[in-house]
Amino acid sequence: MALELSVALTRGPFALQVECALPTRGVTALFGRSGSGKTTLLRCIAGLERLPARVCFDGVLWQQGRRFLPTHQRGVGYVFQEASLFPHHDVRGNLQYALRRQPAAAPHMQLEEVVELLGLRELLKQRAQALSGGERQRVAIARALLASPRLLLMDEPLSSLDEQSKAEILPHLTRLRETLAIPVIYVSHSIGEVMRLADHLALLQEGRVREVAPLAELLTRADLPLGISEHRGTVLSGVIDSHEPRYHLSHVRVSAGLLAVSQLAAAAGSAVRVRVDARDVSLTLLPPERTSIINVLAATLIDLTPEADGAQTLVRLRVGEELLLARITRRSAEQLALAPGMALYAQIKSVALMDPSG
Amino acid sequence: MNAEDLLALTISLRLAALTTALLILVCTPLAWWLATGRSHWRTPINALVALPLVLPPTVLGFYLLVFMGPAGPLGRALAAVGLPSPAFSFSGLVIGSMLYSLPFVVQPLRDAFAGVGSRVLEVAATLRASPFDRFVSVALPLASRGFMTAAVLAFAHTLGEFGVVLMIGGNIPGRTQTASIAIFNHAESLDYAGANRLSAALVILALLLLLAVYAGRRERRDVGQQARQDVRQGPPWRWS
Repeated sequence: MALELSVALTRGPFALQVECALPTRGVTALFGRSGSGKTTLLRCIAGLERLPARVCFDGVLWQQGRRFLPTHQRGVGYVFQEASLFPHHDVRGNLQYALRRQPAAAPHMQLEEVVELLGLRELLKQRAQALSGGERQRVAIARALLASPRLLLMDEPLSSLDEQSKAEILPHLTRLRETLAIPVIYVSHSIGEVMRLADHLALLQEGRVREVAPLAELLTRADLPLGISEHRGTVLSGVIDSHEPRYHLSHVRVSAGLLAVSQLAAAAGSAVRVRVDARDVSLTLLPPERTSIINVLAATLIDLTPEADGAQTLVRLRVGEELLLARITRRSAEQLALAPGMALYAQIKSVALMDPSG
Repeated sequence: MNAEDLLALTISLRLAALTTALLILVCTPLAWWLATGRSHWRTPINALVALPLVLPPTVLGFYLLVFMGPAGPLGRALAAVGLPSPAFSFSGLVIGSMLYSLPFVVQPLRDAFAGVGSRVLEVAATLRASPFDRFVSVALPLASRGFMTAAVLAFAHTLGEFGVVLMIGGNIPGRTQTASIAIFNHAESLDYAGANRLSAALVILALLLLLAVYAGRRERRDVGQQARQDVRQGPPWRWS
């Protein structure tokens, strides 16, 4: 099951040549620079723009040749960059607009449930104009969900918000990722948002989809320009195992073992994602003793890629079922005689938590 | 005011009300098409709609008279099915008034629909609203101020028209003599008191209409964004 897309569009200097299948499970980030065609592609999927394209969602043909299923029959939820609430309705009215148009057959989302999920209880009676940017976007997301979409499309929902509103809305999005049964396509040019939310990544460059793959796989590919190379890193998923209040630490269980992080508010058992930057990972052949670094994971070396500056080398590692990147000097790599297949230990100096859900 | 004056006033009000109602009905789809359509015909149609604004009313009235008269195309077509020519009749006045006031309804409606913007309509489409549903549940309520403006303009403009009505209606007391023509008749026959009574009635009527519009507008002021949007996209002939 997939969202099959083929688009061939030339509009002046802009060309969109897409041939891809996006997974219809979890969150797929459509990632690329501004101007790479992300929004156009998303609008094409929604049927808001009629491009020369073929769109097929889980075996249902939405568009091909003269066939064009109009937007309102596709059952896609769409969250626009700037939340476009109906100005003639208050918040509740906006939500009810969607609720009243839920198809009888679709799995229903309840108003209560969605209001709870996005923390809108206090806002229900407010007029759309009285809300802050972050609040408006939350209402827009809730409204999209209440139409019981088969597919949720989000077009950089955070890009028009200030840092504070972003911080306010991100935990909701994270929680959404865990609760939602429907696939989400999330357009973004922020690698931070992508690392935090996406399960899969579709990399868009100059109007072409270069790769579609699980997030960790693309994040660790040295040949892809993901983010600034200084901040190249990857994410590990886990659950909170236990808290150690005495040292203000929490332990997160990832597939390769336990990681200690600064104490979290969430209860044991909550799902979290941690981000590990390549420059914070060092390698040792023997299990380290008497070191201040508390996070050490057994790893297998996959491959080495020398970086363009000549001094650094990017090392791809498998830790448990996941991937990790380490950036070390080329000299260290040679002195340790690193080679693919080697067993070694990854020492992680710092772990950044991405999901304080709750 | 004598019985004839009252009758003229009634005819004026009936004519204005009927013209306004019919124009709103006819112009809503036309204005929607002009605001949202993609056809190349929009430019010439826009020009055609604006024509009554610049045409002398007597010119419009003259051609309409020729068109609707017993020898004109419409008159002959109607005669073929056994109907009288609309020239010198109330129905002729309605047709003439509709054409004359057309731009005063189409333009505010068109601008109001354009001001709704495509985004909220796209949102509605992604919430499973069909095109008609989107029109009724989003475009109409958001363009409501445009409807108010259009209705008041059409009513007031029809009430005040003279040239077209004179040409088409022919000043028949009790049938096609409107208040504005009755005032002219009074003045012609140096009955200034009679002209004054009827004129004063029209002044008061116009004032009440404007009051209603401004009261309605004030009520909307506090609807922040809507009001700001109105200021940005309001019609060019706002009375302030």
